[in-house]
Order: sequence, then C-alpha cells, then structure tokens
Amino acid sequence: MRALTTLPLFRKSMLGLAMAGALGAAGQTQAGEVEVLHWWTSGGEAKAVGTLRDLLEAEGHEWKDFAVAGGAGDSAMTVLKSRAMSGNPPAAAQIKGPEIQEWGELGLLGNLDSVAEEGNWEELLPGVVSDMMRHDGHYVAVPVNVHRVNWLWANPEVLEDAGVEMPTTWDELFAAGEALREAGYVPLAHGGQPWQDATTFESVVLSLGGSDFYRQAFVELDEQALQSDTMIEALTTFKRLRELMDEGMPGRDWNLATSMVIEGEAAMQIMGDWAKGEFTTADMQAGEDYLCAAVPGTDEAFTFNTDSFAMFQLDDDEAREAQKTLARLILEPEFQQTFNQIKGSIPARPDLDMSEFDRCAKRSMQDFQAARDADTLVPSMAHRMAMRSDVQGAFFDIITNYFNSSDMTAEAAAQRLVKAAELAM
Amino acid sequence: MDNVIRSRTPVARFWRLLLHATLLLAALWYLLPLVVMLLTSVKPLEEIAAGSLLALPDNPTLDPWLKAWGSACTGMRCEGVSGYFWNSFAIVIPAVIIATLIGALNGYALTKWRFKGAELVFAMMLFGCFIPFQVILLPMAQTLGWLGLSSSRAGLIFVHVVFGIAFTTLFFRNFYVSIPDELVSAAKLDGAGFFRIFWRILLPVSKPIIVVSVIWQFTQIWNDFLFGVAFSGHDTQPVTVALNNLVNTSTGVKEYNVDMAAAMIAALPTLLVYVLAGKYFVRGLTAGSVKG
Amino acid sequence: MKSASPSSTASMSGRLQAWLPKLVLAPSVVISLCFVYGFMLWTFILSLTSSRMLPSYDFVGFTQYARLMNNERWWVAATNLGVFGGLFVGCCLVLGAGLAILLDQRIRREGVLRTLYLYPMALSFIVTGVVWKWLLNPGLGIQAMVRGWGFESFTFDWLVDPDMAVYTLVIAAVWQASGFVMALFLAGLRGIDDSILKAAQLDGASLPRVYWRVVMPCLRPVVFSAVMILSHIAIKSFDLVVALTGGGPGYSSDLPATFMYAHAFTRAQIGMGSASAVLMLCGVLAILVPYLYSELRSRRHG
Repeated sequence: MRALTTLPLFRKSMLGLAMAGALGAAGQTQAGEVEVLHWWTSGGEAKAVGTLRDLLEAEGHEWKDFAVAGGAGDSAMTVLKSRAMSGNPPAAAQIKGPEIQEWGELGLLGNLDSVAEEGNWEELLPGVVSDMMRHDGHYVAVPVNVHRVNWLWANPEVLEDAGVEMPTTWDELFAAGEALREAGYVPLAHGGQPWQDATTFESVVLSLGGSDFYRQAFVELDEQALQSDTMIEALTTFKRLRELMDEGMPGRDWNLATSMVIEGEAAMQIMGDWAKGEFTTADMQAGEDYLCAAVPGTDEAFTFNTDSFAMFQLDDDEAREAQKTLARLILEPEFQQTFNQIKGSIPARPDLDMSEFDRCAKRSMQDFQAARDADTLVPSMAHRMAMRSDVQGAFFDIITNYFNSSDMTAEAAAQRLVKAAELAM
Repeated sequence: MDNVIRSRTPVARFWRLLLHATLLLAALWYLLPLVVMLLTSVKPLEEIAAGSLLALPDNPTLDPWLKAWGSACTGMRCEGVSGYFWNSFAIVIPAVIIATLIGALNGYALTKWRFKGAELVFAMMLFGCFIPFQVILLPMAQTLGWLGLSSSRAGLIFVHVVFGIAFTTLFFRNFYVSIPDELVSAAKLDGAGFFRIFWRILLPVSKPIIVVSVIWQFTQIWNDFLFGVAFSGHDTQPVTVALNNLVNTSTGVKEYNVDMAAAMIAALPTLLVYVLAGKYFVRGLTAGSVKG
Repeated sequence: MKSASPSSTASMSGRLQAWLPKLVLAPSVVISLCFVYGFMLWTFILSLTSSRMLPSYDFVGFTQYARLMNNERWWVAATNLGVFGGLFVGCCLVLGAGLAILLDQRIRREGVLRTLYLYPMALSFIVTGVVWKWLLNPGLGIQAMVRGWGFESFTFDWLVDPDMAVYTLVIAAVWQASGFVMALFLAGLRGIDDSILKAAQLDGASLPRVYWRVVMPCLRPVVFSAVMILSHIAIKSFDLVVALTGGGPGYSSDLPATFMYAHAFTRAQIGMGSASAVLMLCGVLAILVPYLYSELRSRRHG
C-alpha cells in the first residue's frame, strides 16, 4: 500500500526523493567503503582497474566492485539510473563526457574541489578535459585516460603483399582498396554496429571538414554546417567505404574486426586506440607487426574520448574520505601509467614520462599536445563526448540507417541530421 | 489415440519411415545450438579459430569449464561464475516457493470460493503477465528505495514474487477449475474451514500443477537478467549477470570456449529441471492448465 | 452489546470464513494494483512530461506522442512487432501442433524426442545468443557450413540483410518456444477421449480429416493458452533482439521493447520512452482484450 499512500509525492520532483533516499542509505554505509560501478570487465581492463583497488586498499579503504558489462556501458547506465532512483547510488561511477553535466544538474554529484586543489588539477589537466570534469565550476569527476579515436590500423604484411602503401588520402585508400581486393583481402575491416559506423563517419567528417567544421557540426549542432556541401561530401565518402568492407560485417563486434587485421584476412581498420589491446595480446609489436596512422586527412587533429569516474554525493564522512582518496589516486602517476599501458590510451595528464609506452602511444601523446596547442582537439561524437545522449542517439540512428540503406541519399541524410539537431534546442 | 498408422503394408511402412525421419530432423534442428555450444566449450582456442562450428574437437579439454567455474574474470573478481551460481539459487528458491504458494491459494480462492467479481479479479491479475519488464524498471527501483529493499537480495526476491504470481495464479486457477466442486462442498458441509479444505483436499491432488508452476517460475527467474542487474547489490548478483560480464566484454581476446562453458554452466540447472521433470511437466499441463 | 452467545460466535467464524477467500486474495490484488496498474499509470504520467535522464514532472501534454509519431524508427519497430509477432505465433502453432500430432503416433523414443524439442524453453538468449549469432552469420555459420559441403551457391545471409533481419529473430524465437507449444498440444491430444476418434473413423473419415474436423476443435483451449503465452513472449522479446541483431543492421530489426529501452535508458529520453511504452500497452490491450472476451464468452456458452 505504500505506493498508494504516497501518491501525492508523485507530483514532487523525483530528484528530491532520490536525494532524501541517498541521505538515508548512505548513513548505513560502513566506514571507508567505496562502491565503484564500471564496465571494465575484460581480463586486461579488470587487471588494470585492479591496481587502483590495490592502491586504495593500501590506504586502508575498502573497494566494493560493481561491474556490469555490455553495450559500451549501456547496461551499467541502466543500473546507475535504477540505483539513483532507489536513492542508493554507488560512491563512484564510470560516467563520461556531457553526461557528467546531466548528472550534475540533477544535484547528485559530490564536490571534489579540495582534492583538485591539493593535486593541482588545474595545471595538470588539459583545458578541454578539465572542463568536462566540472559542473557549475566545481570538480565532480576525475579523468582516467585519453583515447584517440581517429586511428587507422593496418597489417603491414597484407599491405606489402598487395603492393600498397599506408594511405594518407581517401583517394589513396580507395585505390589501395582495389589492389587489396584483387590480392584477395578485405581492404577495410569493420563491424556494422551503430557506434562503429559513427566512429568511421566522424573521422571522415573531421578529415574532409577540418576541426572547426567538425565542432560546428557535432558540438554546436549548427544547421548550416550539418546540411553543407562538406557534410554531403562526407556522407558520400562514408558510404563509399562500404565498397571496402565485407558482407559479414553487420553486427560484428569491433574486436572481431580487429582480429581480421591480425589474422591477415583484412588489411586495415578505422578504430580508436583500444584496438591496440587486441594486437598486444596477439604478441604483435607496434610499428613492426602492425601499423598505426591517423585516418587520412586527420594528421593534425585529434578526436579524443576520455573515460572518467564521477563521484556521487555521500553523507558518511569516512566513505567520503575514501571517495576522495580514490579521486586522488586515479590521477597519480602510478595508476595512470599502468592502467593506460594496458588500456592502449594515454594518461589524462600530459606531464608523465612516456618512455614505457609503445610507439603508437608516444605518437598519440605528441599529437595530443600538438592538437591542444593548435586547437584541433575535438571530442568524439561516436563516444558520447560531443553532444547530449538524446541527440547523439538520433544521430546514430540516421548515420547507421543511411549507411545500411540502399535508397537514402546523402542529401536526405543531411536533412535528417538537421532535424535531429533540433532536439537539443 | 492408438488407432493410427499401424498396419504393416509397404505404404504404411514408408509413411512410418517418413514420420521418423521428420521427427529426427526436427530433433537435430532443436539440438544444433546446444551441440555447437558443447563442442566449442571443450575445444582449445586455436581449434575454434581454425575449424568449422560442428567439427569435433581434436584435443578435447575440460580446462574451459574449470576456468569458467573457478577462475575466469567477471569484473575484478577472477573467481569464475561459481559464487554467482549460488547467488542465483539463493534468489530463485525462496522466490519460487513464495510465488507458488500464493498462486495456489489464489487459484483455490478464485475457483472454490467463487464470489462476485472473481472473474474480473482474475482477468485483472492476468494482465500482469503482459507488462514488459523494461517499463517497470524505474518505478520499481523507486519503490524498492521506499521500502528500504534496494540493492538487496530480499528486494530482488520481492520483485520476482510480485511479477510471478500472475502466472502461478493462472496455472492453479485453471487446474482447480477442473476439480469437481462437490468434493469441496461436501467438506464445507462437514464444517471444514478454508485452509483445512485447501490443505486436506486440494493440495494432495495438486502435485502435477505444482510441478508446472515450479518449473515455469524456476526457469523464468533463473534466466532473468534485467531485474538481476538492476536490483541486486554488488555481492548478490545472479549468474546471468556474471555470464553477461564474461561474454560481453569489449576488449581483449575473446575466449569463446570459456564463454560457452560458462553459458553451459549457467544453463545447467534449468536444463536439468527440464530433462528430469519434463515428463511431469507435460503431465501437469495435461492435468489442468490447457483446459483453461 | 450483548455478550456473545455460541450462535453468534458461529456466525462470526462463518463470516470470517466467507471473508477469508477475499482476504487471501487481497495481497495479490493490492500488489497487482500497485505494481502493474500503478506503474502503468506512472508510466502514462511520465509520458506527458519532458523527463530526460531521470523522471521529472514538467508536463508538456502530448508532445512526446507527437514526436513519437514523427519518429521513423518507432514505426519500423512497431511494424516489426506485427511481422515478428504474427509469424512467431503462427509458426509456433503450426510447428507445435504438427510435431505433437506426429509424436502422438506411438513413437518408441517419445520421451527423448519430447525432451529434445522442449529443452530450448529452458534457456535464455543470454545463454544461446552467441551461438545463434554464429549460426546465422554468413561467414561462420550455416551458410559457410553448407558451402563447405560443396553447395557453393547456397546463400543464407538474412542476419546481415536489413530487409530480412527480422526473420532471423523469428527463426530463433520459434526454435525456443515451439517445443513448448508442442508439449501443450501433446497434453491436449492425450486428454481427448478415444471413443470420439473411433466413432469418426468408423464413419469412414480419413486420418487427416479426423484430425482437422474432430481433434482440432477439441484443442481450442490449447490454442487459446498457447496464443496467450506466445503473444506474451513476443511482446516481451528483448534479450533475443539484443543478443542476435542488436536491432540492426541499422535499426531494421528493432522491436518496441528495445526501442523503449534504448530511449528511456541509454538516450535519456524517459518521456518519449514512456510514451512508446504506453502505446505498446495499448496495442497489447487492443489485440488481447477482444480475443480474451470472445474466447471466454464462447466457452461459457459452449
């Protein structure tokens, strides 16, 4: 009967309820515990996060692991929402990009300013990254790493066998594609899932339009940019890439596409630097057994994808202490170095020694700093860094539908992008 | 139904052969996925990459099973799915018992103590079967918060009971309808009360439908993922959540043999229930639920 | 008040007995009122708001419904449910009834076969999803296998064809549920009185005719139960889509359940997700209520 007697409460903002619940629930939390919700469940990743747990426990706090895999965090987000609704959110959760702002607006996130000040985050973090970690001027989240998304991976043996070089322009890529096909290879390995389609598409847009255009289109959602000739050209080029892919690609997981490159079945793949993990586990050396290059025409730019942990408001003093310790530890060199070497990304703070990292990671760090200085650092649309999740979802629908449909024109797709962008207005 | 094709003429024999062939073919189709799973779970990784799905393993190995049970990583804990396996039992057993008991009492009250509106009450509860679970995820989360049951095993059991009683009531109601009212009215004349009649008259004959209800609930709850992931705490997650964590990881080499072994382990209890109790399941359905 | 005489205690306990059935039912009724109907109402209320990431209560009227009507993906999902649901229920009934009739011909290994047909119902698609994905994948599964046997031109690539992907969902779903329908029909067949059949056969009716004219009408309640259970499975199909196609290629194999989930949970559009859930429930009502009504009525009269 509870639900009925409290019916008038339905009218009240759920927010208030969730918060009231949070206060009640947090009171039960025992001293120094942090419950961490994340979706890093694979062997390597889990090991990498494990170092963080060890560091935390060395400081006398307890780590409670809540891992939920699936759909690049989709399942974890469902759990988080359900936990927040029940007034019992975890202490820390893997949340990224503009979503941090959305949680911040709900008033559920805790304040990390004191940790940030002690650790001098202001100096340490690149501006684009630290902006994302703040809500209303206060730090509410900690960045873990920086992934570069606009990479092109290749198997040098396959390239050599077909007599082609690593392409640096789209024309070269399509020409190489023909040669590779004739030699019996799949030119471009791809997995036909919406986020992978979008990953490829955003790189094409960045390449043809440059970083300013990219920002206008995907960050500012500018109507003119979205229906411009550049966008239509990008859409057309994007669709042409289908010619380079194989028929088994729909629904394929990205790591299966990567293993096509590893096995020498396919020549190249457009994918973020987490693909490196696959090459590494196959005992391949960066620069020798596999090559990395920026997607044609995006040498100067850097599409970034940052993972981060947002900290929820807690009531219990000791739990809050543990939470702050966790925030501090995440940015300390020890964790940044171990974690990012396993994950394939680069540290979120550019001041660290990179000598232990592989060739591609070193190049990534160089490009990151260069792009920061040249203002060509752009957030990844495909990885929830650039726009609100509803607009991004609508964009995904259009991109993937256009890519898979035989009768939708590039113009029609561009018009739909404009319409979807209105969601955000 | 024993007066069917039985003669020994060549034509009849041909039909008989065709009949067996059809049945066998159907059996193969139903078996295909399970066979692929089993074969894959005992192959070393290299063989999976190289061979066809139905190729027999050259070097069969039980390592994937051992790893899935005891040492595979599901998140940061590399203890396999064994712990989650017992978690599932701790959720399923109470939930099945409670839902079956409530369903039995409901079915009894609805059929043997008919009152005005009983049919309406039944129709209303029946509709509960059709509500998609995604719809109730958030309101349920909030309600569990109010009840102080969020992220607890009790909360998860509560949810499963709430959405299980629609089905158990359906089963028992349809079964009890077919039991002659005279038995009950005679007992009523003798002065037997509500629970006494239930205990003495209805329950002893309910075995077939209890089996149906238990099998159905057991399967539904054991296989549930959505509620399990949303409403359980970090240490009470059911085996489906662990399996999902194992299978759906996005990086690293996919150990398909371990995935398949874990899937088989997660499926084992329900498979066993179906294999062992399947006969009673069909019998139970015959006894009642299909008449409703 | 008079002190209670023996007779009035008797009537007291009699009244208690009269109330007891209702008392026993009360918790279930309350639960169903709160957790089914209450939540439906809650969902309807949310569908009138602009809720995004978590529920909020700024009412915007029927805007979310208007947006939904303009959303192409929603129509794809709704059409798919029609195609999927219809084919799924139809195929399961035909296959289930067919297998049950065949299995009822005094087969020696009936027990084994029945278990083989029935077991898929025990497994969720969380368990079998990966295998199904393999089997239907043109490069790995059935197509590759048949080609390997020497039939080079054999093509079975529905999983990757936007126009056909929804039919792969039907295949896997029929695989899972048809054995269960078979069990229902088998149970029904066993319940039919032999004398009716003997009489029909004495009249000289052929075997198929006996089944069509005499047996099938007796199985009407079975069909009813099967349709109810199957449509319940069809409407709730979620794991199946996620495991098999992920709604793709594109969103060509999306179903309302996955549409609703994607919008309410991953895209922070709880308002629109709720609106789609309400429409989904209305659809269920529109189909089920007339069917339920006609079936229950005809049975009462029959």
